[in-house]
Amino acid sequence: MRKMGKRILATLLTATMMVGLVACGGGASDGGTTSGGDSDSGSSSSSGGTIKVGIINNDPNESGYRTANDKDLKEMFSAENGYDASFAYSLKNDEQITAAQKFIQDGVDYLLLSAADTAGWDSVLKDAQDAGIHVILFDRTIDASDSLYDASIVSDMAKEGETAANWLKDQNLDEYNIIHLQGVMGSAAQQGRTGALDDLAKENGWNIVTQQTAEWNAEKAQQIVQSVIDSGEKFNVIYAENDDMAKGAVEALDKANISHGVGKDVIVMGFDCNKWALEELLAQNWNYDGQCNPFQAKYIDDVIKTIEGGGTPEQKTIIMEEKGFDASTITQDDVDKYGI
Amino acid sequence: MNKGKVSFNKQLLIPIAALVALALFNLIKDPSFFKIALGTNSAGDPVLSGYLITILDYGSELAILAIGMTLVTAASGGQDISVGAAIAIAGSVILRVLCGTNSRPDTLQAPIIVAFLVACVVAMLFGAFNGILVAYFKIQPMVATLILFTAGRSIAAWINNNELPIISEPKFGYFGGYIPGVPIPTPFFIAIICVIIIMLVLKFTTLGLYTQAVGINGSSSRLNGINPQFIKFLTFVILGLCVAVAGLIKVSRLSTINYSVIAKDIEMDAILAVALGGNSLSGGKFNMTASILGAYVIQFLTTTLYKMNVQSDALSAYKAVVVIILVVLSTPVVRKKLSQLGAAILPNKKEA
Amino acid sequence: MKDNAVLELHNINKSFPGVRALQGVDFTLRKGEIHALMGENGAGKSTLIKVITGVYEKEEGEILLEGYDHAINIHSPQHAQDVGISTVYQEITLCPNLTVAENMYIGRTKGAIQNWKKMNEDADKILKSLDIPAKANQQLASCSLAVQQMVAIARAVDMECKVLILDEPTSSLDDNEVQKLFGLMRDLKKKGVGIIFVTHFLDQVYEVCDRITVLRDGKLVGEYEIADLPRVELVSKMLGKELDDLSDIKGESDNTDALEKAETIFEAEGLQSDAGIKPFDFYIKKGEVNGFTGLLGSGRSECVRAIFGADRVINGTVKKNGKTIKINKPIDAMRNGIAYLPEDRKADGIIGDLSVRDNIILASQVLRGFLKPISKAKAYKLAEEYIDMLDIKTASADTPIKSLSGGNQQKVILARWLLMHPEYLILDEPTRGIDVGTKVDIQKLVLKLASEGMSVTFISSETDEMLRTCSRLVVMRDRKVVGELKGDELTQSGIMKTIAGGDNNE
Repeated sequence: MRKMGKRILATLLTATMMVGLVACGGGASDGGTTSGGDSDSGSSSSSGGTIKVGIINNDPNESGYRTANDKDLKEMFSAENGYDASFAYSLKNDEQITAAQKFIQDGVDYLLLSAADTAGWDSVLKDAQDAGIHVILFDRTIDASDSLYDASIVSDMAKEGETAANWLKDQNLDEYNIIHLQGVMGSAAQQGRTGALDDLAKENGWNIVTQQTAEWNAEKAQQIVQSVIDSGEKFNVIYAENDDMAKGAVEALDKANISHGVGKDVIVMGFDCNKWALEELLAQNWNYDGQCNPFQAKYIDDVIKTIEGGGTPEQKTIIMEEKGFDASTITQDDVDKYGI
Repeated sequence: MNKGKVSFNKQLLIPIAALVALALFNLIKDPSFFKIALGTNSAGDPVLSGYLITILDYGSELAILAIGMTLVTAASGGQDISVGAAIAIAGSVILRVLCGTNSRPDTLQAPIIVAFLVACVVAMLFGAFNGILVAYFKIQPMVATLILFTAGRSIAAWINNNELPIISEPKFGYFGGYIPGVPIPTPFFIAIICVIIIMLVLKFTTLGLYTQAVGINGSSSRLNGINPQFIKFLTFVILGLCVAVAGLIKVSRLSTINYSVIAKDIEMDAILAVALGGNSLSGGKFNMTASILGAYVIQFLTTTLYKMNVQSDALSAYKAVVVIILVVLSTPVVRKKLSQLGAAILPNKKEA
Repeated sequence: MKDNAVLELHNINKSFPGVRALQGVDFTLRKGEIHALMGENGAGKSTLIKVITGVYEKEEGEILLEGYDHAINIHSPQHAQDVGISTVYQEITLCPNLTVAENMYIGRTKGAIQNWKKMNEDADKILKSLDIPAKANQQLASCSLAVQQMVAIARAVDMECKVLILDEPTSSLDDNEVQKLFGLMRDLKKKGVGIIFVTHFLDQVYEVCDRITVLRDGKLVGEYEIADLPRVELVSKMLGKELDDLSDIKGESDNTDALEKAETIFEAEGLQSDAGIKPFDFYIKKGEVNGFTGLLGSGRSECVRAIFGADRVINGTVKKNGKTIKINKPIDAMRNGIAYLPEDRKADGIIGDLSVRDNIILASQVLRGFLKPISKAKAYKLAEEYIDMLDIKTASADTPIKSLSGGNQQKVILARWLLMHPEYLILDEPTRGIDVGTKVDIQKLVLKLASEGMSVTFISSETDEMLRTCSRLVVMRDRKVVGELKGDELTQSGIMKTIAGGDNNE
């Protein structure tokens, strides 16, 4: 009797857990693999009027950037726009590859991919090509022959870094003592944004007080900056490779009564253009924020339209337009339009 | 001839020795490590600053978690690896209650205490979930808590509809920063309050005795009238409460949350704190003071490494080295050799 | 070395913090003899054995072993095995989920590759030569305890040992199984193996041993030929004093009449637990000592566990002073004044890492409640009081209970339940694996408690103990109560008859 009771309880608990997870996915209309529309695999889309796309993305919880990116994709690839979209999320390459294989089996028309890792995609993309599936990369590039995909829509991280570093140079400070907070080492964003700053620092003899990775994490950034403050070393620039880390840095500055922002002691620079970050710029608390455009859906849509119309995209690699915002010139319109 | 004192000190020796070693290292390397300065913060209030203050500040969440983790370890002989994810949930709940439906409110939608209490209830429920799996279904703690470890951060994101709420109310920042006029970081006070509470609980209830008895011999405990399942369950609920407190500090530090990285890997540090305190990770006897001290030793180590400009993604490698040293030092083989060595050097002390 | 000796120890010294466990002990084991090592708890038997087997390192003295010119230093159990000293411990240390053959050969192959077929053949050969009723490829768990014990011995023997140490091998075996084991020991003796036999059962010593070495308080009392040492003298040498006449402890006064008039305090009707016993009726009167007897596995323990709520009760009612009470779990029984000292001290009794003090106060503490801890000072006082009263040998009240000897651990558990001041005390095998002196102490204590009005149930595998202490015996066979004996019926033969079954009492 008691054993039976336990078993029932176990089942209930498991069920509750499941419901929790599903609700988690459903309520926020993301998370987990959700399938838009019935996945009648095999039926070719062009004949049915809808275009079947399989989208492989990173976890939308990863960052505000990813959340905005995911939202943008969801809005674009909706039933109203003539798409039947399935989503798969993972931060792990092997899980993404598994998802890609599943989409190939399901017979999607287009495979949209933001790869977690640059390597290991050759064979699965070849399978896709053999099955006549078009592959479009977005946000991230991969190490594979460009014959394996139709188009790649990316941000140029190096260019983002250059824009930011040049902006810093234009400030014509008397001296440059920079705290450099890096993202997860080896990621494209980190490499691009770090490379540009390193080059200019070498060229102009800027002093890098510390250069450490805070792994996109505000808490770690706060501790790193705290450590520099505790050491008593002088600095007047914080170059954070994303907004979260800039925010962590600013928390540490506030704690130690170090002023920051326009016309203050320390220049604060961030990336990604989160709405709240742009608001900080508008309030003159930060100085610069570099855009990393998450809105690739429109570009992808254009590519798909071109292919469906029988053409080929003019360029394989499409680089999106990206801006850098300066606190002294930013407007409320910019915040509303570009904030993510 | 107070023999109780002797055994009490023996276990504390491990974290104290680690602390002394770290302190000596810093003293030789750069004595300014120990400098504490009184300054003012951006709100014009006096604050103390310096590495030592930073250690007290950032070590506090860990110390609070170590309390719960010690009890869970003692009773169940395993560890809860979901505390980081549970902190994300608790933090998310706090922000959700404070923000209501708007993720950028100008004014708080509920008193902070209400938000905190709701987070306590939610975190204890998740603790209870882990506790039920471990105590009543007899699932290995690490396996049972793997569920929440995996799902927790997604649940946290879902609570806030995947938005990133930001609290502009400065009062909310007090819990992770400074209360105006008090130059010592608030997290340290919160940790002290938690420590006092747990010490009172251990003194005025039989929680300590029951937890250890259950962890050492569950069958025997049952025949002495203890309900081992309930005790195990209870320790997970207590850990849930600790998680809620740590979550409050974490979200207060930044006035916002990042679901995927908040309190990342903190479970490993909390477990490490328990181990550093000389407590057996397979359960049984525990020393709460040693665990709490262990938590601050870990932060001491982290801060030292930051000071030396060690890449923060390499921190865990350094911590691993420390763990290896500690574990090896605490094995019976080495202990025996050490005590022989000690007896050889100080032959008289043993007799005394 | 002396003629014929395989192992000689001279002037062995070993101390632990606060205790000099061995002081200048000599010991000689000859080829082809069974040599009993006797002594009370804490006399140093275990320590001596651990020195021989390399668990402890001696501080002084020398060990001579046949085949070695010089004194050798045994530094680990593995080393002891390598030089031909094998040990079989009281608790079986094999792996129940492996086969018999695997258990015999585990950890002994040099290479990575194991020839399974050859291993099984070899194992079968040994099992056959030792007349052990087991198959090489049988899972160990499916063998009876005795056979498992024999497999452990077979494993030891196959290591071509010169010295075989048997540490309380018979404590969990029934008579029949003990006889089988003795047969095996005699065979080995013929083959020239020197056997050290540690046991608490005097009968067994006189049945199988050739020589006896007695230790007391870490010192050697002497070595004797078995024929030269009558039992009474052996016991008095172990205790260091003249033994009370054991048969006298119950006293001459027959209180049967008084008990007839005494009120029944607990009674159970149709009680049944999920441990597989048949429903049984039961009662106990105030100040009465009764017992459950029967062969091993007959359900004695399961009955008392049902009364205490240790196993889940599925049927029946329990009444206290005529009023129905509900006992679902141990705490319910405790609240009703029932205490239970479990059969398996190690698994169910002691909380190994906790101090003697915590172990003593535990049950009373639980009864007081979660929010009313006994203060440290009070706990010390209570612990000291019972350590004195029961003469528990421990370095201090803070010593972890696991470092005490078996008999002293048992006394601590006894202290735990006495501290609760129960109305009804159930003792399940309280004398197992402990020395003669303590056994007598416990029996005396039981009678004293009963005379003060406590009701006691006393279970023991040794029927003479039960006959000495109990005024009424419930007899069990095959998980069923098959009879009750009292008064004149209380004799060895009466019990035997009832256990064996037949025409009476069904």
